[in-house]
Amino acid sequence: MAASAEQSSAQKQASPATTWHGIVLETLKRNEIRLVPYVPDRVLTTLIKNLHADPYFTTFPTAREEEAVGIVSGAWMAGMRGAVLMQTSGFATLANVLASLAVPYQIPLIMFVSERGTLGEFNYGQALVCRTMRPVLDSLAVEHHTVTRLDELEFIADRSIKQAVTTQAPVALILSPLLTGGKTFDK
Amino acid sequence: MTATPARNTKVMNRFDLTQRLIAKLKDEAVIGGIGNTNFDLWAAGHRPQNFYMLGSMGLAFPIALGVALAQPKRRVFALEGDGSLLMQLGCLSTIATQAPKNLTMVVMDNGIYQITGSQPTPAAGHTDVVAVALASGLAKSSWAADEDDFERLIEQSMTATAPTLIGVRIDDKPGTGTTRRDPVQIRERFMHGMGVRQLL
Repeated sequence: MAASAEQSSAQKQASPATTWHGIVLETLKRNEIRLVPYVPDRVLTTLIKNLHADPYFTTFPTAREEEAVGIVSGAWMAGMRGAVLMQTSGFATLANVLASLAVPYQIPLIMFVSERGTLGEFNYGQALVCRTMRPVLDSLAVEHHTVTRLDELEFIADRSIKQAVTTQAPVALILSPLLTGGKTFDK
Repeated sequence: MTATPARNTKVMNRFDLTQRLIAKLKDEAVIGGIGNTNFDLWAAGHRPQNFYMLGSMGLAFPIALGVALAQPKRRVFALEGDGSLLMQLGCLSTIATQAPKNLTMVVMDNGIYQITGSQPTPAAGHTDVVAVALASGLAKSSWAADEDDFERLIEQSMTATAPTLIGVRIDDKPGTGTTRRDPVQIRERFMHGMGVRQLL
């Protein structure tokens, strides 16, 4: 217990970021991911704002999520790492590009998905579309993790990015409302 | 009777135009859209700087944008069909906003989904894709009047200070060859062609 607490405290000191979006931003930077196209989501607002404010990143909105996947795929093949930000309903538009580009061409597509549709969802459509996400990922054997805890985020994100790059395989990091607070009816 | 507006653009051939483009190139990247567009790119003579799409209809321009952002000193060409572009018109706005000056886009417009049985696209005879590109903010967008004009526009784009889009009206001929459908090898050779990695 003591050793584990000590390790956890050391990790905290090593990383100045104490918010989930701060940890994501720092982890992207540490892994030299400079290109971050996105389709926005309320939960991602602060992360997107901070990415724009940091000159290290090239970040911009796209009209569709698959467009962003095309952009980071092209950039990776030309030597620049990228990641795509989206919400659950945006992921639901990606089955075709995952199955015909990212997976067969072995491209380390890194996806951050803000999870809507669970743990207090108020829109039935979002709740339904959320149920399609993991079956699609599983059907293509795409690695995915649902991040629920702040103290696990850096480990999961950093290791998953490194695994995606070294194994040349896509990964989806699903940001649970347990981590982000999610979006609730009164917002 | 036809609803097609009169145009002073000659109906050309995809394979012929692709050959004319390739003849001008050295180490420039070329992204070939799904179907006949990349079949003709393949048939024009394989080069390691070519990337051939085997799916993901509509993503030739976004993939080319990614390459252009990653390597701003290399010119990137993207060849896309009109039906494919209709799948992803929003990318024209993204490209207009990012404005990579090293990107040249060619839209091969025959108004049909040739490869699926030559059915007309919903845009055929009604939508002007160059006008759509102009309205999306891509100021350097124009129709090629004929083969010579196409070559002139390609050469102009090589020193352009903004992304270029060239519309070409083409006939209904199928692709000349068939790309070897080996996605990993296509990607690996392309990365080699981009100077990103050595082949095993």
